[in-house]
Amino acid sequence: MSVAPTAPAQAPPALGEALHTALAAGERPPRPGPISTCLTFGWRGMLKIKHVPEQLIDVTLTPVLFLLMFTYLFGGAVAGSTGDYLQFLFPGMLVQTVLFTAVYSGVALNTDMTKGVVDRFRSLPIWRPAPLVGAVVGDSVRYLLAATVVTLLGVIMGFEAQAGILGVLAAIALVVVFAFGLSWVFTVVGLLMRAPNAVMNTGFMALFPLIFLSNIFVEPRTLPGWLETFVDINPISHLVTAVRGLMAGTATAGEIAIVFAVAAGLTAVFAPLTARLYRSRT
Amino acid sequence: MTQTSTPAIEASGLVKAFGDTVAVDGVDLLVPQGAVFGVLGPNGAGKTTTIRMLATLLAPDAGSARVLGHDIVSEADAVRGLVSLTGQLASVDEDLTGRENLILLARLLGYRRDQAKARAAELLEAFGLENAAGRQVKHFSGGMRRRLDIAASIVVTPRLMFLDEPTTGLDPRSRNQVWDIIRALVGQGTTVLLCTQYLDEADQLAERIAVIDHGKVIAEGTPGQLKASVGQSTLHVRLLDPEQRGEAERLLARSLDATVNLESDPAAMSVAVAGADSASDAIAELVGSSVTVAGFSLGQPSLDEVFLALTGHPAEDVAESEPHGTIEGVPA
Repeated sequence: MSVAPTAPAQAPPALGEALHTALAAGERPPRPGPISTCLTFGWRGMLKIKHVPEQLIDVTLTPVLFLLMFTYLFGGAVAGSTGDYLQFLFPGMLVQTVLFTAVYSGVALNTDMTKGVVDRFRSLPIWRPAPLVGAVVGDSVRYLLAATVVTLLGVIMGFEAQAGILGVLAAIALVVVFAFGLSWVFTVVGLLMRAPNAVMNTGFMALFPLIFLSNIFVEPRTLPGWLETFVDINPISHLVTAVRGLMAGTATAGEIAIVFAVAAGLTAVFAPLTARLYRSRT
Repeated sequence: MTQTSTPAIEASGLVKAFGDTVAVDGVDLLVPQGAVFGVLGPNGAGKTTTIRMLATLLAPDAGSARVLGHDIVSEADAVRGLVSLTGQLASVDEDLTGRENLILLARLLGYRRDQAKARAAELLEAFGLENAAGRQVKHFSGGMRRRLDIAASIVVTPRLMFLDEPTTGLDPRSRNQVWDIIRALVGQGTTVLLCTQYLDEADQLAERIAVIDHGKVIAEGTPGQLKASVGQSTLHVRLLDPEQRGEAERLLARSLDATVNLESDPAAMSVAVAGADSASDAIAELVGSSVTVAGFSLGQPSLDEVFLALTGHPAEDVAESEPHGTIEGVPA
């Protein structure tokens, strides 16, 4: 990391002919369509992963530690053997990894809003929700990267999917669909909070109880009745059930449909709310 | 496209309040096409809020404005296609490199991938940024960042460009570069609305200047008219030998028919003059006498002096109050 030379010794570049040529060449091309514009913003998201990989490392490291810790520390006690527990735990760990990554959609948007670059985007003649849709689409790549890391670790530790690689890929795809819907909740949080740290804390605080009070770590039937009821309602439990089913090759259409319905519902409510808050924030 | 008869900006009675604070309190502006129009005022006068309304980022609470003939509220999208904005904060992505920022904007404006790359390279060269092109913007110096910011604003040459305090915080060399860029832009036919706190800057660049204070335009005219309204500039003289100050004072007072202020520096004095002519006559007389002049300068009235003359109060430095999270309705 070199600090830019503010060097007074450096002669100022001569802004002559080249400047006039560049100014004269600024013809306006035809206006791009909404999809192309969203993809461009998605590309911006990719560049952010390239330049600020720390974010991805943060969110991936936590589930990696969880996977190692729960499998080897509690596996024997909970499921009789670490190997058996890994078979039970791994699909949930995949879900947890991707959902934590979704919080970063809100963090990234909040960071953007404090910078002048949003003014630039809002003064461009483009489809207005494009910066938001593009960012969330770009985040899907982030989810895939995080999911890949955790899956590789799971396989190394000995996880076996009965449905094979296709089952695992289908499971990852389903988690990404759910995370797409959930990320709109965090973009709303991102626009309501004042600082990126507050977004992260709020996001994690909201996710932690939902993740622990789900069927990720234990079978709900081992829980007290009132808790079991909550765990059964928790959408994350439905997602985990569907993901386990896809990896084992036993998923039903109903289990998968619930996940799509929740993702669609979250998008329908929180995407327009995000767009509205984005427009009105000064 | 010769629509020079259409004003670049035609605003009447623009009002914007944030909570109890009225940031803009009935601004009227008529900005002709094809020159730099300066908006001069201290921090918190309402300059930035006015620009943000004209650039369609904020909806006015009252009043209306047309930019190049298009209403800023009902035809916001058409306005966005004609203007570009270089805000007070650098309007570029600090995590991305200089080149990536320009490619991003070129793509958003409709350039194909290869065209966008070529356009970015062309702009980086034109703004003397080729060597820094692959570096993240957060590692740029202030001057480089400002140049990139302006380059990002002219990926497509705008008909009207808003520049909000483009040289604040820059060293003199970078400031001169920005000035050269602004002159080149205007030479190309772009109209520039330049907000600044510096009379000097407005004087250097602007054909006309509006002075804004407490959200209202309090004076408008050419830089010459504005300075004339202040009445006078100040001639500063320094002598080689403090012993001669008495004689110099007598000569200057007689030649200019004014009171000479003796400064705390025993070799220096200053006197108000009506213009450059009488100042040079007085200096000529001084040089022709036995007094040895070490140096002299004719000072521009400062923004403070302009404000004092126009408003009777010095330019206050009020923090611009644009709270985050204020809800208002900008139509899509």
